[in-house]
Amino acid sequence: MSLMAVGLSLIFGVMRVVNFAHGDMMVWGMYLAWLLASRLGVDPYVGFVACAAALFVLGLAVQRGLVDRIVDAPHEMQILLMLGVALVMENTALLVFGPEPVRVRSPLAAATWYVGPLYVDVARLLTFTVALALSAALYVFLFRTDLGRSIRAAADNPYGALVIGTDVRRVYAVAFGVGAACVGAAGALTAPILPFSPSFGLSASVASFNIVIIGGLGSLLGAFLGGLLVSVAESLGAIFLTPSLKELVSFSLLIVILLFRPAGLFGKRAP
Amino acid sequence: MRWLGVAAAAVALLLPALLGPYALAIAINVLFFAYLGQAWNLIGGYAGQLSAGHAVFVGVGGYATAVLAAETGLTPWIGMFVGGALAAALGAVIGYLGFRFRLRGFYFVLLTVAFAEVCRIIVTNWERVGGAVGFYITFTGDPRRLSFQDDRAWYYIALVLLIVATSIVWTVEHRRFGIYLTAIRDDETASEALGVDTLRYKVLAMMLSSFLTGLAGAFYAYRYSSLQPNAVFGIPLSVEIIIRPIVGGAGTLAGPIVGSIILTPLGELSRALFGQGGWHGAHLVLYGLLLVAVVLFVPQGIVPWLRHVVRRRPA
Repeated sequence: MSLMAVGLSLIFGVMRVVNFAHGDMMVWGMYLAWLLASRLGVDPYVGFVACAAALFVLGLAVQRGLVDRIVDAPHEMQILLMLGVALVMENTALLVFGPEPVRVRSPLAAATWYVGPLYVDVARLLTFTVALALSAALYVFLFRTDLGRSIRAAADNPYGALVIGTDVRRVYAVAFGVGAACVGAAGALTAPILPFSPSFGLSASVASFNIVIIGGLGSLLGAFLGGLLVSVAESLGAIFLTPSLKELVSFSLLIVILLFRPAGLFGKRAP
Repeated sequence: MRWLGVAAAAVALLLPALLGPYALAIAINVLFFAYLGQAWNLIGGYAGQLSAGHAVFVGVGGYATAVLAAETGLTPWIGMFVGGALAAALGAVIGYLGFRFRLRGFYFVLLTVAFAEVCRIIVTNWERVGGAVGFYITFTGDPRRLSFQDDRAWYYIALVLLIVATSIVWTVEHRRFGIYLTAIRDDETASEALGVDTLRYKVLAMMLSSFLTGLAGAFYAYRYSSLQPNAVFGIPLSVEIIIRPIVGGAGTLAGPIVGSIILTPLGELSRALFGQGGWHGAHLVLYGLLLVAVVLFVPQGIVPWLRHVVRRRPA
């Protein structure tokens, strides 16, 4: 969950482009993991690397082929463009895979460890660990490598970055690709835990918008903490409300956040 | 331009006599979605506020009309105005909150989508109005209950709705109200500095738009004799509403109509071609591709682009 939000935050924070197709990218990551697992027998905990790579290419292509052409156009145009991309992605998934939910089986997912009185679901533990490791790797990439530094520079001040000789367009493409790769990996990693269908994309998008906005747009640490916060809120909602009302929590949360704290708990910039 | 309008009206009046039942159904949809697009055009096109959850007003208007008729026996001819008023009230709430808290662009889009989804989930869980199964209206064939034996009645009602909405938009366009709206769209800060009460005019535009959309809800409910929460509150309907004016040209009088004449038959065709083998969503893929293409190649929409082409090469 958090990893997904980190990806969105990266794309938004760097380029001020709202990726409406974010949840759908996650769904594509899930279906890729499912294809790999069911056709080639690749375990999703290995296959997520391939999913991340595929989504990286897709993100790069979307940025280079579409977003890049209208970076200077009014904000509304980008929203419409990404809405179009989201529509195409969600419904292509619907056409190819059908509306029935599927589930990826991982041999590891069935296992349970008993630690004293607690029992730990191995799949969840593994997903959590890998997501944490990936987030840490992303952090290192952004703060310790040259490319990462130039991404942050372009986010801070694109004109300044251009002046000191950064190829801002290339940096944008890489950032979009990395963001998409994050969400692809997140999709592949959640696939063994959660049954999914193409319509999952929208709720995933909303969840990640929630997380990113709570955490503060463009703030990676905020996105990570926001992810934990939203997950807790939704689980609490699930305990107290009937399952069909569970979705209500995330949408109501979104409205409240938008109205009262649009800059997020950890963000500094006003929208 | 005026003669073109008169000729179009004459064709529109005579058309039902020439069409078979299937073509008539498509023609009704062309008018109906042009009407919805025109209603959206007020807030989305002229005022430049991208409301992406407009289906919620169709849902509220439709459910209010149908439930009132079932519970109190009120005729839908009056009920639809109650539905429209309720939709306008909701529009006022969404608009006031969104604009008061200065949500722009992407944030406003999210707010409208979130409201539509909240309403969808509430109605889905509200057993009194049918819950997830939906609300069904007994077909009476009685015109006094907004029910007709002959589909041509729906055609003419949709035509009247479209003409009314287009006249309203035309009137707004030529009055101070419309000028304020386009000023807000083009530069909100500057118009505020010049003394335009931007909050007030945006909320007014939102209310007018949602009222008209609410009337469409009654049309929808009685034409199909049923309402399903996913169909009338869902995002696909919102997309259907906004895509026509955007493709045709948002903020132009002819945009929603041109958009609907192009897109509605296209959508129906792809549904007819791919809908059988469980290929749902094909028309949405098409809409998505079109949206991307329009943004990349004719960002103003088809009508302004045509005008531009005609002006460059005077006939």
